[in-house]
Amino acid sequence: MSERILEKLSILADAAKYDVSCASSGSDRKNHNKGLGNAHPGMGICHTYTADGRCVSLLKVLMTNHCIYDCAYCVSRKSNDIKRAAFTVQEIVDLTINFYRRNYIEGLFLSSGIFKDPDYTMERLVLVAKKLRTEHRFNGYIHLKAIPGISPELTHEAGLYADRLSVNLEIPTEAGLKLLAPEKDRAAMIRPMRYLQQEITRFESEQQTMKHVPKFAPAGQSTQLIVGAGQETDRDIISLADHFYRQFRLKRVYYSGYVPVTTDARLPALQSKVPLIREHRLYQADWLLRFYGFGPQELLSDQHPDLDQDVDPKLGWALRNLHWFPVDINRADRLLLARVPGIGMPTVKRICEARRFGDLNWEQVKKMGIMANRAQYFVSCKGLPPSRGDLNAQQIKRRIIDPAAQQLSLF
Amino acid sequence: MTTWLYDGSFDGFLSAVFDLYWQRRSDVRICKELAYVPSLFGPAIFMPTVMANAERVWAGLRKRLSATGLEQLFACYLAEIPREEDNMVGFIRHVFAGSENVETDFGNAYVLRVSQLSRMVHREKHRMEAFVRFQHTAEGVYYAVIEPDYNVLPLITGHFKERYADQDWLIYDLRRHYGIYYNHKKDVVDTVNLQFKPAYLGGRDVTAVWSPDEALYQQLWQTYFREANIPARSNRRLHLQHVPRRYWKYLTEKHPPR
Ligand code: SF4
Repeated sequence: MSERILEKLSILADAAKYDVSCASSGSDRKNHNKGLGNAHPGMGICHTYTADGRCVSLLKVLMTNHCIYDCAYCVSRKSNDIKRAAFTVQEIVDLTINFYRRNYIEGLFLSSGIFKDPDYTMERLVLVAKKLRTEHRFNGYIHLKAIPGISPELTHEAGLYADRLSVNLEIPTEAGLKLLAPEKDRAAMIRPMRYLQQEITRFESEQQTMKHVPKFAPAGQSTQLIVGAGQETDRDIISLADHFYRQFRLKRVYYSGYVPVTTDARLPALQSKVPLIREHRLYQADWLLRFYGFGPQELLSDQHPDLDQDVDPKLGWALRNLHWFPVDINRADRLLLARVPGIGMPTVKRICEARRFGDLNWEQVKKMGIMANRAQYFVSCKGLPPSRGDLNAQQIKRRIIDPAAQQLSLF
Repeated sequence: MTTWLYDGSFDGFLSAVFDLYWQRRSDVRICKELAYVPSLFGPAIFMPTVMANAERVWAGLRKRLSATGLEQLFACYLAEIPREEDNMVGFIRHVFAGSENVETDFGNAYVLRVSQLSRMVHREKHRMEAFVRFQHTAEGVYYAVIEPDYNVLPLITGHFKERYADQDWLIYDLRRHYGIYYNHKKDVVDTVNLQFKPAYLGGRDVTAVWSPDEALYQQLWQTYFREANIPARSNRRLHLQHVPRRYWKYLTEKHPPR
């Protein structure tokens, strides 16, 4: 018995790991019934990190890796010759509860290959969530995958038990999807996203006017885009993400550097490297969109369709826009300060609070958590040695990414 | 320079601060009795804790600081760093010097230090909320041991009480020899000191009292941890940055069965 469950877990965790979302934040489920668990409104907890440095906060498994579809980029596709397994509803419930009680996880992230048809599959995912909430009085985090093509009724029921729902678009462009997942229809994937957005908005407004409105996906919805499987530019990807944030009020868009899992003429070869730097730069750009007030066209354009690999997108932007700088540490507006390379939002906040007590000098600012070797070229304040002078963007860039070059130039 | 010794409690520290003001002393250093190293530079006097005086200082601080500011000062105390009292006193003097709330005056060295140190302590708190690994015992208690750098048990009590409200649990700090125990029927958290039987290796190994399912779930968790990794993305540096080695000792997933 224990052998079998170990094997199932091994197969179905392995198959689920390419879905990168592991967030457990943004919900606000209290332990209201003296039952088990709660979900944090702010930051979620990463209980451990895999050897590749990714956060583990949820038990992330597939209900099954049997699938009737054959998406080229997916390990679980029909034509792939791999071991298959399926959990029972009760097995997932037991694993979740027992892992949670030992403080291994924040909750469950349940996805699945499609067996029989989408609704049949989704019913089982919803049943897991329902059992956890009602029979086990579980208030921890639940993220359910909304399988493309499910009925609105099931989507609705899922929202009543889950904290977050996600539809993974995976392939950013329509042409790419046609090529790699011909059985999938982009419109059918966008439809549940739109439906969810409407329901989330409706519940939120009802909660403001009425008491006792149940929660509906309080941590919102998210999606994932695979990077580097097709031909898309960073500009395609970031514009799409921006569109999702605006149109569907998505909480997160995840970017997943394509990990070659198969030999297929349509895809990068098995030995090709996972585009980790590209993925990292996309997350940085995404961050700038969501928290720093940048627009997608500021970061990427026709002349500049891909993010720089050697500098982060904020520094890249600053170097293309030197006329905005230097900004005055003691006078500049919050959002302008946040555009300075080497100064992050938490430090911006600290600087703004501290300067109310009097002008800050460079020595003081340096101690507040900025990256001085970057920021020095883009700010002005008392005590700052004149560092930028007439340097052009190329020279500044070289000094920042290769500090040794600066010393050499003295001779 | 005179050194005033206090009993090691936060109230003891505040009570000594009260006396600094009462006696208008600026040539005195405050130090924990147990942390005191006799010096050549003057006498050391033990100052008994007077609760009423401690409360007066606290009430004064409450008038001038936000809840966050108060918590930050308390976190500095929990850091248990020798001589940190000097900075805490500097901070308190700065607070009482004006009428405005100065907790965000980061241009001031004392304020900056309080904010930075409390951030370090809160980071440790956060880590302990993540890294505690309960083991289910046959008696039904979920038991965990930790050895945090800072004394964070008082800071994590609320989190665990709220989260695990329907199970009994015990988190034991082996470095400081005390723990917090939650009895879910009574809904209270008590501070406890334990004497471990020799077989439990000072509380480190409780295999002998595991519940029947415990070994299986540990094995399942280790399996999960292994499978969730993507070797093609391996990044050891990042891994170590998030899970520094000193925490591995009590992480179930770091001890796969031999
Ligand atoms: S439908 Fe999902 S599980 Fe099935 S092959 Fe496509 S991506 Fe993989």
